[in-house]
Amino acid sequence: MRAPIAGQRYTTAAIALHWAIAALIFVGFPLGIYMHDLPLSPVKLRLYSYHKWIGITVLAFAIARLAWRAAHRPPPPVPMPAWQARAAAAGHLLMYVLMFAVPLTGWTMSSALGFKVVWLGVLPLPDLVAKDKALGEVLKVVHQTLSLSLAAVVALHLVAALEHQFVRRDGLMKRMLPLAHKDRKP
Amino acid sequence: MTDRIAHALRAGTLALCGALVASAGAAEYGQVVPEKSEIAFESQQMGVAVPGRFPKFTAEMSFDPARPEAGQGRIEIDLGSIDAGSPDANTEVKRKPWLDVAGFPKATFVASRFRALGGGRYEAAGKLTIKGRSQDVVAPFTFAAEGAQGRFQGTLKIKRLAFMVGEGTWSDTDTVADDVSVRFRLVANARK
Repeated sequence: MRAPIAGQRYTTAAIALHWAIAALIFVGFPLGIYMHDLPLSPVKLRLYSYHKWIGITVLAFAIARLAWRAAHRPPPPVPMPAWQARAAAAGHLLMYVLMFAVPLTGWTMSSALGFKVVWLGVLPLPDLVAKDKALGEVLKVVHQTLSLSLAAVVALHLVAALEHQFVRRDGLMKRMLPLAHKDRKP
Repeated sequence: MTDRIAHALRAGTLALCGALVASAGAAEYGQVVPEKSEIAFESQQMGVAVPGRFPKFTAEMSFDPARPEAGQGRIEIDLGSIDAGSPDANTEVKRKPWLDVAGFPKATFVASRFRALGGGRYEAAGKLTIKGRSQDVVAPFTFAAEGAQGRFQGTLKIKRLAFMVGEGTWSDTDTVADDVSVRFRLVANARK
């Protein structure tokens, strides 16, 4: 009895999207924290734009991921205690929700504060709400809170993945690693 | 004594002008109605159009669409009232590298040469002064009479760096573009 090897790994598209979003979050999140306290300068304007471009790109990739998820069944879970399986499922669901919610609240906040989002400086996106400073201030707090939540869940996700890889050595991480061997052919 | 003569002469000239205008049979538009008028601007930051406004300004003009060449106009903008789109930008844009509002509280446009382009379109040429620097500019506009009022509407494209607006690190036009368009709508009453 041998499960098909291909079925135990995520597809190339899923792996590419996972790591692209991971990289964008690892840049976009600290950038958001850093740029916020800068005095107004050309550098600040630049960083804000880059941060928005990163966020919108995450949103686009998140849509692609959801589409992938709708069309594919992820590899079956590896054996683990039930509470861990439940925690993993909840964590993954939360990350999916936040991959959408963080960019969307940022975009809405930008609209409310009167700044159009122009992706990569070339593609103007519609304003999600009309200019409303009070709403913008509320959304700022929401965006910050959700971003910190996302960072926290990502940190847990990372710890769990490393635990599987280096403590349990169950090969779970290999399913998502881009350069992992497709396993030896018999 | 000479004052009185000068005064009489000025009154005489005004009366003569008035008679000429009356004989031309067309309306001359003068007093600008602030509530119906607006001066706004748009800059580009990282490719993003950022709208702004100058809520406080005064405008004096005399313009007769039938005799545009006799037209005159003067607009004074109170730069301290600028709304550049966000509180941060409002603070920054009044500082020395930008408009230096403390040193140069007003921007002025003195239009001295008006020209008809046909089809209700005109242009006003004159001197625009911002931050103590003057440039000759030409503002195209349309004019439409609406009852006892006339509406002047147009857009003036300027280069901010020609007026040293945004000096030092801000002179980087990749972040904030050099081009700024100033959109105006002035509604003036016809003189009786």
